[in-house]
Amino acid sequence: MATIWIDGVSYEADPSRNLLAVILELGFDLPYFCWHPALGSIGACRQCAITQFRGEDDHQGQVVMACMTPAAEGARVSIDHASAATLRKSVIEWLMVSHPHDCPVCDEGGECHLQDMTVMAGHTYRRSRLPKRTYISQDLGPLIGHEMNRCIQCYRCVRFYREYAGGHDLQAMGTRDRIYFGRYQDGPLESEFAGNLVEICPTGVFTDKTQARHYTRKWDLQTAPSICTHCGVGCNINPGERYGALRRVRARYHGAVNGYFLCDRGRYGYEFESSDRRIRVPLAPRGEQNQAEELSVQAAVTRVAKILTSSRRVIGVGSPRATIESNYALQRLVGADGFFHAACAEEHRSSLAALDALREGPSRSPALREIERCDAVVVLGEDLTQSAPMMALAIRQAALAIPRSVAERQGIPPWHDAAIRESVQSARGPVFLLSPAPTKLDDLATRVYRKTPRAIAAAGQAIARALDPQVPALAGDEMDRAGIEEIARALTVAERPLVVAGSGTASEAVINAAANLAWATSAAREDDRAAELAYALPWANSAGLSLLGGAPLDEALAAAERGEVDAAIILESDLDRIAGPGPAERFLGQVRHAVVLDHIAHPTAARADVVLPAATFAEGHGHLVNSEGRAQRQMAVFSPDEPIRESWRWLREAMMLAGYDEADSWTGAEAIAEAAARDHPALARLPDAQLSADFRLGGAKVARAPHRYSGRAAAKLHLNVLEPTPPRDNDSPLEFSMEGSPVLPPGKIETTFWAPGWSSPQALTRFQEEIDGPLRGGDPGVRLIEPAGEPFAYRDVALSAPSPELAPTPVVAAFGSEELSALAPGIAALAPRAFLELNPRDAASLGLADDDVVSVRARGASARLSVRLEPGRAQGTAGIPLGLEDIPVALSFAGELITGS
Amino acid sequence: MPADVDTKIITRQFGNEEAKNIEVYESLGGYRQLRRALGMKPEDIKAEVKASNLRGRGGAGFPTGVKWGFVPADAEDVYLVCNADESEPGTCKDRELMYWDPHQLLEGMIISAYALGARNNYIYIRGEMMRETPVLEKAIADAYERRYLGEDVLGSGFACHITVHRGAGAYICGEETALLESLEGKRGWPRLKPPFPAVVGVFGKPTVVNNVETLCNIPYIVEHGSQWFADLGVGRSGGTRIVCMSGHLERPGVYELPMTLTMRQLIDDVCGGIWKGREVKCVIPGGSSMPPMSADELDVPCEFDALMTDERIKPVEVAPGVPFDMGGGKELRTMAGSGGIMVMDDHTDIPAVCARVVEFYHHESCGQCTPCREGTGWLAKISHRVAKGEGRPGDVDLMASIADGIAGNTICALGEAAAWPVLGFLTKFRAEFEAKIKAPKEGAAA
Ligand SMILES: Cc1cc2nc3c(=O)[nH]c(=O)nc-3n(C[C@H](O)[C@H](O)[C@H](O)COP(=O)(O)O)c2cc1C
Ligand code: SF4
Ligand code: SF4
Ligand code: SF4
Ligand code: FES
Repeated sequence: MATIWIDGVSYEADPSRNLLAVILELGFDLPYFCWHPALGSIGACRQCAITQFRGEDDHQGQVVMACMTPAAEGARVSIDHASAATLRKSVIEWLMVSHPHDCPVCDEGGECHLQDMTVMAGHTYRRSRLPKRTYISQDLGPLIGHEMNRCIQCYRCVRFYREYAGGHDLQAMGTRDRIYFGRYQDGPLESEFAGNLVEICPTGVFTDKTQARHYTRKWDLQTAPSICTHCGVGCNINPGERYGALRRVRARYHGAVNGYFLCDRGRYGYEFESSDRRIRVPLAPRGEQNQAEELSVQAAVTRVAKILTSSRRVIGVGSPRATIESNYALQRLVGADGFFHAACAEEHRSSLAALDALREGPSRSPALREIERCDAVVVLGEDLTQSAPMMALAIRQAALAIPRSVAERQGIPPWHDAAIRESVQSARGPVFLLSPAPTKLDDLATRVYRKTPRAIAAAGQAIARALDPQVPALAGDEMDRAGIEEIARALTVAERPLVVAGSGTASEAVINAAANLAWATSAAREDDRAAELAYALPWANSAGLSLLGGAPLDEALAAAERGEVDAAIILESDLDRIAGPGPAERFLGQVRHAVVLDHIAHPTAARADVVLPAATFAEGHGHLVNSEGRAQRQMAVFSPDEPIRESWRWLREAMMLAGYDEADSWTGAEAIAEAAARDHPALARLPDAQLSADFRLGGAKVARAPHRYSGRAAAKLHLNVLEPTPPRDNDSPLEFSMEGSPVLPPGKIETTFWAPGWSSPQALTRFQEEIDGPLRGGDPGVRLIEPAGEPFAYRDVALSAPSPELAPTPVVAAFGSEELSALAPGIAALAPRAFLELNPRDAASLGLADDDVVSVRARGASARLSVRLEPGRAQGTAGIPLGLEDIPVALSFAGELITGS
Repeated sequence: MPADVDTKIITRQFGNEEAKNIEVYESLGGYRQLRRALGMKPEDIKAEVKASNLRGRGGAGFPTGVKWGFVPADAEDVYLVCNADESEPGTCKDRELMYWDPHQLLEGMIISAYALGARNNYIYIRGEMMRETPVLEKAIADAYERRYLGEDVLGSGFACHITVHRGAGAYICGEETALLESLEGKRGWPRLKPPFPAVVGVFGKPTVVNNVETLCNIPYIVEHGSQWFADLGVGRSGGTRIVCMSGHLERPGVYELPMTLTMRQLIDDVCGGIWKGREVKCVIPGGSSMPPMSADELDVPCEFDALMTDERIKPVEVAPGVPFDMGGGKELRTMAGSGGIMVMDDHTDIPAVCARVVEFYHHESCGQCTPCREGTGWLAKISHRVAKGEGRPGDVDLMASIADGIAGNTICALGEAAAWPVLGFLTKFRAEFEAKIKAPKEGAAA
């Protein structure tokens, strides 16, 4: 620790930091623009000026940029000194020479960093009376608005987009006071992380187009801590609601998981919540004369209870996108033997294998921000940029770990982004990608290998064997010796090696080979440590569902086929989407009764006896377990209109009526979470993921809306002149109101992220324990899985028999493959059209050309897909898009090409 | 003292179309100093350069030997980059040096590269130098052929390569760190210092950037020794100086001269005085970025330190009686800069000159930092309206205040380059600006 003086008062400071970070951390206000805790300093905006003195007797000092000045021992600086204060004012005045100052019509207004900094710097009067410069803004696609006139040229956007996130199609163009930030021509931004520009940009240049369609100012939003439901990474989000509908999703800082960012699937997927396909009332889809019939809550629950009491063999289909609580309730209802997962056998096996590997071996699953610090990475099979985008973003940072340490040895401080870039140039640390087709991470890879999933598993095992001869040999290893040794060496010498795989290759063998590879490193390393092991599982609660146990959907279908099922309760899933319309229809015909609980209508729901409107992530409470094994709590953002409620509450009501007494004790979100924790040792720590509902601050709960929230009295005036009492929340320490404790709550239940003088996302530094550290009072969530350590037994890597047929290989699309987000219009607009991707040589030998239409079949499902040639795709694989409309998931995992007839 | 032919050292071959020919260069003693240098220890060459008082001719006058000494001793890959971007208005000496005597530059570079242990070296040449680029390229090809360049220079085992890289027409790419970015294929953005190029330069490696004229002097230091070179100059400045005399002169031109000459001697004795028999009104002493001098300040020697400190030059002010503060209370007079001396006669409209100068720096701002990007644009617009007689009351103070805000607060010296001349013109010709505002042109907008 160094001692520094700020305006004559001494403080302890970490000398490896810059003075801006230190000053903010100490709670002072100092305006800045170009610095960002994740991006570091470039010293461009000149807004963070302070005065530095040479010693105690120097009173004149020299203006320096706080973001560019180390908190060195003995540093004496002043924030208030006139020279710096004057410059800070001038900088704003300069920016205002051309800023349109259109706050009332600007989407950023009310949470604008430029507004905040203008007030903070004290600039009040603009001397320039000149006409302002203008630009032509661009159409950047369905998700992001662009209003270049508001730009203050802080360069954050391009630094984030290009250097941090690896995008290519956003650039700073032109020079002097005509710099333009945009694409070379209009068109959707190509990066999966483009939406972060909305929060990175300190002005209203980049705005959320989805929010603009149902615009609400920040101060009129209700928010609550929540978790993204669109993949297994489990990023923390702040959804905002008004008038009973979500208006937007913003990144919610988490010191260990997603940091400051989200991917666009996570940011923009929320609009499914107000899709036309929402189910808002209980239905009997096949009522009288097969007409859909709306049911009262009473009638619906009674019907379900009657099905439960009248059916002998009831099974449940649990959902990897539903909470622990809802799955748990269903599992209790149907019993462990009757509990199935809404997932194909391949996906199911991969998820279970991944969890087993994380529990049985010596490798720890890193959180995202730990991945960022890994210095050698091997990815087996998975296209993370599409299946777990934020994990890909973390790996992008990991690739810089070694080059950055080189820069540090050159004496460059870790925050000096500009100098680090000069030093790093195009150097990247060891990243090896083995994949069936090109990915957007290829550009940073040390080496890329294109292989079939089978060959990827074999290669993983071969490298493992090079590290530890105990690893069993496999036939079918097609990897060259030099390549094997190169990767083995990288994993051995790295400080913090990492192996990554996922269910995206539909191959359990790949999952197991990845485990073996990570584990085998311990044999070769001097420190005996095994590499870290990260899996990307497809759904927000794939891991949680696997912890509960259960069999894959295929077995449920088989049981029904054997006539062993009288009734099926289907939780938050569309079986048609997974198994295909044929098999799903057959299944629903074979079971006498079916109940569907979901938020969106789909063909499976249309065939049920009763459909219950389930709360979305924003409307209810529950827990999800992410791929890392971290349980995280979703808190209801708003209280939905009756009768929408969480699936577990519906199940509870029906169970109580049907005489399942245990459901009685599930009186609230916490009670059922505790019950699940009691029943499943793996979930024992579930209730620790968040503060409990009886948490109070000065006797009061925490408000979901800021105190400036307007119009509560008027919001429902057209329905009733009496102002309704705000709904109570007995499930969390939050209140559906702008009234709450005046005390700043602990970070994990902070809702508005609003501090005096700071209303934009940059207010975050006020809520972190230290800059870039955990939220004040600790980050939420709790890890449920820790490695068992030694001794361990290598996992069996069972390779499929070599086959002349093309191996079906899912092609995951960040936009389109995930069921719920695909219903958001903006995401849907960016989703690819169905295709069948082949290596041109494979296509030639099958006599296929671009755009030829081919039938693909699996397990009774089929689709006709048009051929797309991709020279980068591994020969022997057929890429079939995952989860797109009209392509049942089973085809992507098991599809067989029907050619030649 | 008239222009003394004997002080011509590096400009000796100016006018001799044959000298760019490698045989002719050799016959005149060319590349002999390279042979001699290859027999010396690199440290000894560096010591000689340091002792010679050679100061950078690119604008800042930084001691070359000191700069070379910043390269870390254990550096593996070192680069030498010759700054041939010469774009400072009023400056046209590097162009001539490269055109008339390209091998002299190459010899200086190869010796310097040897001293620095630099294997790969670049000449970053201004894109508009269409005439000089092929001359240099031919010279380099010939030098490779005769093994002055290549994997094994003259059988010494020293590997040295020189590549000519053409700029794309941005003034800012003459700033050494913007130059390095541009050389790397990136936007020409000045870098923040530290780290200095000598530690983290091009491609992340230690790099020395020197001006063409600076490097051309190196063979003569090797030949005659540091003492001889130091003695050519005065005080802490060794060698001769090339000045580029332009403006309202009888005989404008590029002259290599002793540094002891005063500005008045340069005008009257070297250049035959002001044209049309007029009087001198104002002189820009070192490229348009340097504060101007008025007619009564011209008896100061045209040397680095004298121009900065001689009290006969009035310090630049931000308002009458309020000196501009360079930091730590240091006053600004003017500087020798790049040697581009622009002389203006008594018919010159100073506010118009001021507006034109500001316009240049505004146009060439890279746009990275706020004070320069926004400040120069604002300053240019106000300067233009004042020059056009459309100024408003308070505009003179506004100009001074904007310029004062820019100076010292930017990432690179382009901010000062825009601000200093404005403050200088306002200090020395304030009345002219005020008169233009008081008597607005007829019909000018209020
Ligand atoms: C805006 C700006 C433009 C410059 N342009 C040039 C140039 O065109 N040629 C040059 O040699 N130096 C130029 N310089 C100076 C260089 O940054 C650098 O100091 C010089 O090349 C170093 O060489 P020297 O030490 O031999 O003078 C410029 C500096 C600034 C701030
Ligand atoms: S668009 Fe936004 S982030 Fe980009 S430079 Fe302009 S103000 Fe900064
Ligand atoms: S990476 Fe996954 S969890 Fe994170 S924002 Fe994207 S979809 Fe959501
Ligand atoms: S002072 Fe001007 S030219 Fe230099 S970095 Fe700043 S904006 Fe660019
Ligand atoms: S934040 Fe320090 S210069 Fe921009």
